[in-house]
This record gives sequence, C-alpha cells and structure tokens, in this order.
Amino acid sequence: MIALDRGQRGFYSWRALIEPGLSMIDKQVASVADAVAGTDDGATVMIGGFGGAGQPNELIDALIAQGAKDLVIVNNNAGNGETGLAALLKAGRVRKIICSFPRQVDSQVFDGLYRSGKLELELVPQGNLAERIRAAGAGIGGFFTPTGYGTELAKGKETREIDGRMYVLESPIHADLALIKAERGDRWGNLTYRKAARNFGPIMAMAAKRTVASVHEFVELGALDPEHIVTPGIFVQRIVKVPRTATGPAGFRQAA
Amino acid sequence: MAMNKLDRNQMAARVARDIPEGAVVNLGIGLPTLVANHLPHDREILLHSENGLLGMGPAAAPGEEDYDLINAGKQPVTLLRGGAYFHHADSFAMMRGGHLDICVLGAFQVSASGDLANWHTGEADAIPAVGGAMDLAIGAKKTFVMMEHLTKRGESKIVAQCSYPLTGIGCVSRIYTDLAVLDVTPRGLKVVEIVDGLGFDELQRLSGVPLIA
Repeated sequence: MIALDRGQRGFYSWRALIEPGLSMIDKQVASVADAVAGTDDGATVMIGGFGGAGQPNELIDALIAQGAKDLVIVNNNAGNGETGLAALLKAGRVRKIICSFPRQVDSQVFDGLYRSGKLELELVPQGNLAERIRAAGAGIGGFFTPTGYGTELAKGKETREIDGRMYVLESPIHADLALIKAERGDRWGNLTYRKAARNFGPIMAMAAKRTVASVHEFVELGALDPEHIVTPGIFVQRIVKVPRTATGPAGFRQAA
Repeated sequence: MAMNKLDRNQMAARVARDIPEGAVVNLGIGLPTLVANHLPHDREILLHSENGLLGMGPAAAPGEEDYDLINAGKQPVTLLRGGAYFHHADSFAMMRGGHLDICVLGAFQVSASGDLANWHTGEADAIPAVGGAMDLAIGAKKTFVMMEHLTKRGESKIVAQCSYPLTGIGCVSRIYTDLAVLDVTPRGLKVVEIVDGLGFDELQRLSGVPLIA
C-alpha cells in the first residue's frame, strides 16, 4: 500500500511514490498463470484484438490452462484458425460470444459450435460494440446511437427522435476481466501499443473490473513519455511480460 | 453499338474520379477496396480504416508484411507519413460523428429512397456478420455504393424496397454500377451518367424502379 504522509503545509506528500525503498505500487506479475489467476466460472471476459492484431494469445492460453468455464467472451471476431480465441472456444469454455464479425474464412471452430447450437451469439455493429465497451468504462448508463436504427440488430430496442434523427438506445457492456495486448508498460500499469494492434485494448481496459495487459517490454517508471501514454495505469490491474513473437496473418484468404 | 459495361477496375476508377483533394474516405471490404488503386497520385486523399488507421497507405510489399498493421479486411497494409493510430471508440466516433467525407460500400440491394442492404442474405443457415457496415452506412457525410447493376440471375439490385435485411435507412447518396451512375434524390433516382452504348430506355428496362432522366 502507499503511505501518504501529511506535509508541513497540510498537503499530502507524494514522496512515497517516487522514493525507492518505500512501499510502492507494482502491478507486474511473474507469469501469465498469475495474471489470469482467480477468474471465476461464468465470468464475462473481454479479449482485445481485431483478427490476430492485438489478440493476447499468451493470456488466452493461460486462461485455458486456468480452467474457468461457462464464459461470456467479448471480442470483435470469434477466433481465427485453431489458436488464441479459437482454442478457447474449442476447449468448450465459452457459453456466449458478443462480437461484430464472427464469420471469416478461418472461423471454422466458431462456425461448428454455432451451427450445433453450443454457442450463443450476440451480434453487435462494430461501432456500437466499441461504444458500449467505452460507455461501461466511462460510467455511462446507456446512449442513443443512430447506428442500426431500423435494422434487425435494433429490434425490440427503445428508439427516440432527437433533432429530427432517429436513434437507438444501447446499453454498456461491463466485464469481470479484460485481457489485452500492449507493447510497453511500467509497474503502474501505464501502456503503449503497437500500430493497429491497439484497436480495442484501451477501451476494454476501462470496462473491466480487472484488466490484465501483456507487454513485450517492461520499463522503468518514467521511461514512457507521459505525453505518449495511451492507457493510463489506473485502468490496468495486472501486467505481465511475454516474449515478443511476430503477429501472424488471420481472417483473410491468402493468395496461393 | 454494343454497350460498354464497366469491369470492376473501371468501376473503381469511375468512383475514384469523384473523390476530391483533401477528402477523408473509408473504403469498404471487397469491391470498394479496388478504388484505392485508382486514386490519382496528384491528389492528397486520406484513407480511414475502421481498425484504427488514418492515412492508410498501399498494401505492404511482399516480405514487408507486418500483421500488426492491417486493414479492415485484415490484410497487411502500410501507413503514410503523417498517418495516425487510434483505438476503436475513436475510430467509430470518426464515422458516427460525421467526420468522414465519403465512404464507399458494396451492396446486395439499394432502394429508390437510399436504403442499403449489404450485410446479410437473411438465409436461415447463414452465419451473420455485420462488422462496421451499419456504422459506416449512416456515419459518413456521403455514402457511395458500388455494385453490379444486376444480380447473377439478371435481377435489378436497385429495388423499390430491399428484400434483404437492412444495413441502414435512407443512407445512400450515390450509386455506381457497371451500367450507370445514379443520385438518390427526394424525388427518386436521378441518372447522372450511362455507359456508352446504353440508352436511358434500356437502362430503365434493366432497373427495378422508375428512374429520372
């Protein structure tokens, strides 16, 4: 814990946060197993990524090993090939998936489970998915969006005319756990990302009770330029370093 | 004289001609992606990709692919000098907030009032996937549709009312087909141009709704 002592002029002193040897915040955990420990059956788990970019494969593998089942997964897609999210689905741990684009050329694991009725699907337009996640993180109880108005995906939802335009009421999506892939991080949980692997990471980090980030570089406090921190550490509870591996292709038909 | 039906690349070139200097544009998956190959090099046009790119460049050269830098179709691309990365809520705020000038989408059907159907065939055994289509359709200042005029079975894809599930209502501003360019107006679809060798009457005969000359 952080000891805050009263300074001479009545202000709290933050010396405890910057002087070595005093108790300090350290969100780094030693292993991916530690990172996902305590995940309950039935949990709602957000998993970052757009296809393969930003998908935290090491954390997903750790979640498979941890054994939590009956999960509700929030992701843009529904797994590619046989690894990562697809492997979690294949292991039979997922009850329901909330996503925008499940069907892809390499979504065979999802396709099989969905067609056999073993997996529930909530299909959400991608921008509504992002905003529902952001809303949860920002403490918003719901919002009116023009996206999807008059379509099957807004069926049964409250609508309202605002300044001559029609909107649909959408609700936030909260999660128990978010697994996200970042590039660099420090012990306070501050994060930067790499290229378009950022995608859902920053908003999922905001929306979960516990956010676990994998990073390829763990750096000293101060090494990340405060002007460039994308996710401030307040949104991150655990951080774990994983070896750098190149992101592979996923989700499209490659030329032979 | 035989009509000069446009091929896919000619359609893409035709759409590209209407994209002005300085425009911020999102090109949908499939046919619209081809438009990027026809944007004139002397015009500065910013491409937006839903997965968090502004200033998207051409496809990555063979051997240079970086799968952390992909487009909406998940194919490896590049970023232009001056380009930016951002998270998904910002990316879709750019669409929904009306910050994009133009988006170009493919379609199964477009109605005379500009309703768009492009995400789902509605068949019972089809696995639905919507992605960013609904956000794009209603978000950009102008939504262009690019599609063949007729289905493979020869039916008009321009219809009085979409029979496929809708993507958005009244959201299309202009339709580019292999036969014509049509503007969606309050009075109906107005013909802007027709390919060589095809007359208005012939085009009208191939279209599912009354056209305005």
